[in-house]
Amino acid sequence: MSALWEILLAASFWAAAIRIASPLIFATMGELICERAGVLNLGIEGIMVMGAFTGWFAVYLGLPLWLGVAVAFGSGMAFGLLHGILTVPFGLSQHVVGLGITLLATATASFTYRLALPEVTSPPRIEPFQPWPIPGLSQIPFFGEALFSQTPLTYAAFVTAALVAWVLMRTPLGLAIRATGENPAAAAAQGLSVTGLRLGAVVVGSGLMAVGGAFLTLSAFSSFFFDMVNGRGWICIALVVFGAWRPGKAVLGALLFAAFDALQVRLQQTPLGAVLPYQLFLALPYLLSILALVLMSRRAEVPQALMSPYNKGER
Amino acid sequence: MSPTEVLRLDRISKRFGALLANDDLSLALRAGEVVALLGENGAGKTTLMNVLFGQYVADGGTITAFGQPLPPGNPRAALAAGIGMVHQHFTLADHLTVLENILLGTRSLWSPSLDLGAARVRVVQLADQFGLAVDPGARVGSLSVGERQRVEILKALYRDARILILDEPTAVLTPQEADALFATLRKMVADGLSIIFISHKLHEVMAIADRCLVLRHGKMVGDVATAATSPDALAAMMVGGEVHRPKVAAGVAGPALMRLEAVTTPDREGAPGLKAASLSLHAGQITGIAGVSGNGQAALSDILSGLAAPASGRLMLGEAPAPARWTPAGALSAGVGRIPEDRHKTGTIADFTLTENAVLETHARAPFSRKGWMDWRAAADHASAIIAKYDVRCPGPEARIRLLSGGNMQKLILGRVLEAAPGVILANQPVRGLDIGAIAYVHGQLLAARDRGAAVLLISEDLDEVMQLSDVIHVMSEGRLTPPLPRGAATMAELGLWMAGEGFDHAA
Repeated sequence: MSALWEILLAASFWAAAIRIASPLIFATMGELICERAGVLNLGIEGIMVMGAFTGWFAVYLGLPLWLGVAVAFGSGMAFGLLHGILTVPFGLSQHVVGLGITLLATATASFTYRLALPEVTSPPRIEPFQPWPIPGLSQIPFFGEALFSQTPLTYAAFVTAALVAWVLMRTPLGLAIRATGENPAAAAAQGLSVTGLRLGAVVVGSGLMAVGGAFLTLSAFSSFFFDMVNGRGWICIALVVFGAWRPGKAVLGALLFAAFDALQVRLQQTPLGAVLPYQLFLALPYLLSILALVLMSRRAEVPQALMSPYNKGER
Repeated sequence: MSPTEVLRLDRISKRFGALLANDDLSLALRAGEVVALLGENGAGKTTLMNVLFGQYVADGGTITAFGQPLPPGNPRAALAAGIGMVHQHFTLADHLTVLENILLGTRSLWSPSLDLGAARVRVVQLADQFGLAVDPGARVGSLSVGERQRVEILKALYRDARILILDEPTAVLTPQEADALFATLRKMVADGLSIIFISHKLHEVMAIADRCLVLRHGKMVGDVATAATSPDALAAMMVGGEVHRPKVAAGVAGPALMRLEAVTTPDREGAPGLKAASLSLHAGQITGIAGVSGNGQAALSDILSGLAAPASGRLMLGEAPAPARWTPAGALSAGVGRIPEDRHKTGTIADFTLTENAVLETHARAPFSRKGWMDWRAAADHASAIIAKYDVRCPGPEARIRLLSGGNMQKLILGRVLEAAPGVILANQPVRGLDIGAIAYVHGQLLAARDRGAAVLLISEDLDEVMQLSDVIHVMSEGRLTPPLPRGAATMAELGLWMAGEGFDHAA
């Protein structure tokens, strides 16, 4: 037990949790925007892979890091546009299209990587974002190290979440997006374009997913691996449910998951790690996420028009 | 154009394939005028309003609002020109607040703030001015139907609508709520607004409208001042001939075939269960249940059809209590025939054929099933017999039932029920959404079944229908039932008070 306290009281543990949460926050916000507009985007996993690759590749070819982020955002928007066109105006099954986008984006990223770098044996490295301690705040004991000595992309994740929350809850655009996800006929009756709103939400949301992927190559690691996203997209879909489609709660969920992830790595190094198989530790964050989902999602208010295409002509 | 004219539809035509939904229709509306738009289902009322609203583009004709031509196919232009519409099926988002629903689409999407404070002040002021009491911060999902309608009207007023279109606004209201709505409408008219009122309840039209326009098969067949016409004359114009309403004579009450004795059931999904409800269904009688829907009607029909069992109290079949395991199959074999509330969701399976739908309840029995094998020929013969006997207009027994109009679907359900010669008929909203001819037919069949000795339970939101057909009336409010009121024992206003939940404390 004392080993657990030791872990939890270390600032480095919390710094790690926040770092691990950052890509999840970007992608979860992206998924949340899509679902609030009524579109389930199962392309998230592949779009994250695509973002991880394009962001890294742009920097590898010599662009500055922030332009790498922009390239990733753009690639996500492109796949989002494809997803949106198929699911919104054409009204195809969001499950089928989403899984198709995931397969297409993952395969395209891998294929392009192999095509561009046919002869490398160990993945080439780039110079990733470095920690950027915030002057003043980073000097605060404990909190300074835990919160304010992160890379710029981590700060950007939290700023993005605040921005998404503000736009969704406090602006006419956000109200229109939410209404589109709840009752598209209500939005259409007020002269709003349901197609435009949903398409826009899916495109921007997919861009954010790709930035979440790019965080992995541009901030967390410095190379691109084929399986580096490793199911994080699916976790983000669960986090949206966990957060009851609310940005603030979803960020809390991402932090919780990340904290368990950071915890399991550290628990493996305690005496317990010598006794139990390490796979058990790896499974810990997922098991606890399932538990939290079951408990939290009972009273959640699902957007009522989620997954139902809107067809103007139908009554 | 006369100085007070606010809206002119000129020679509007709209064709859907072979169907001419609007045939050269013209309409003028003056300031401070209430015009009723009458017509059967499919007469073209909704199409005309959708053309006015820019949801459809007309094939021909022009629209002029306040002297300016209205561009076709542009809902925003209609809203901007001061035309507001309250749809029959409300276009509200349940999870959003009243204020959010009202504000939706009123500001530029790129403006940085919703400015909820100022909007709230304006909504409260409009609500006061027109008598539309509703809490701006409440979630729409928690409101009653009457309150939701007020939100819809406020939505239009907030956008400075000067012309308000109401589509079947009283279909879901108690008589008192309808009176409150009429009071609101009169305030609007006094304020110079104009109203187009779509309805099929003729006595309401007579009460509120200055002028009546009647549509039939896409053509304008009547334009008369309300003072110069009568409900019968309007009905004749709507159907293009005399309406043969079934003659209702009092039924002869036989023994009680089914009884509820102080039955209570738990509340479910926000809808009340039964609260110590007692009820006797007698052979040869129609028992009417009046009340606004969502007051326990679902619980009542679930109990009688075997979908739920009493938590306390007793359900009696004749003189014996119902079996402990009370199931829909048990109810069917006990002779309960059911006309479900929602013919699309629970009455039929949309992608099944008429044949399959005709034997939904009896497919596992002879002659439709022998030694575990379906006899489709017997089923098809049965379906054909129902189609012929009950005048179901359809391409044939092998057509999918989703192709049928509501009236024909309901005739098939009616045939399915009546051919089984049930002792008890549970008719839940049997004529909702049907046109006058089909209504008269269904009512006639229910009366005939009663005269053959069936006990009929008629659950309806339409007080006129309940009062016209029932030998005995119970009013339902929040899961409670009034004692039985014989035909003619209570006025519409008295029933309305019961519906609003008044008087139960003394009676219970």
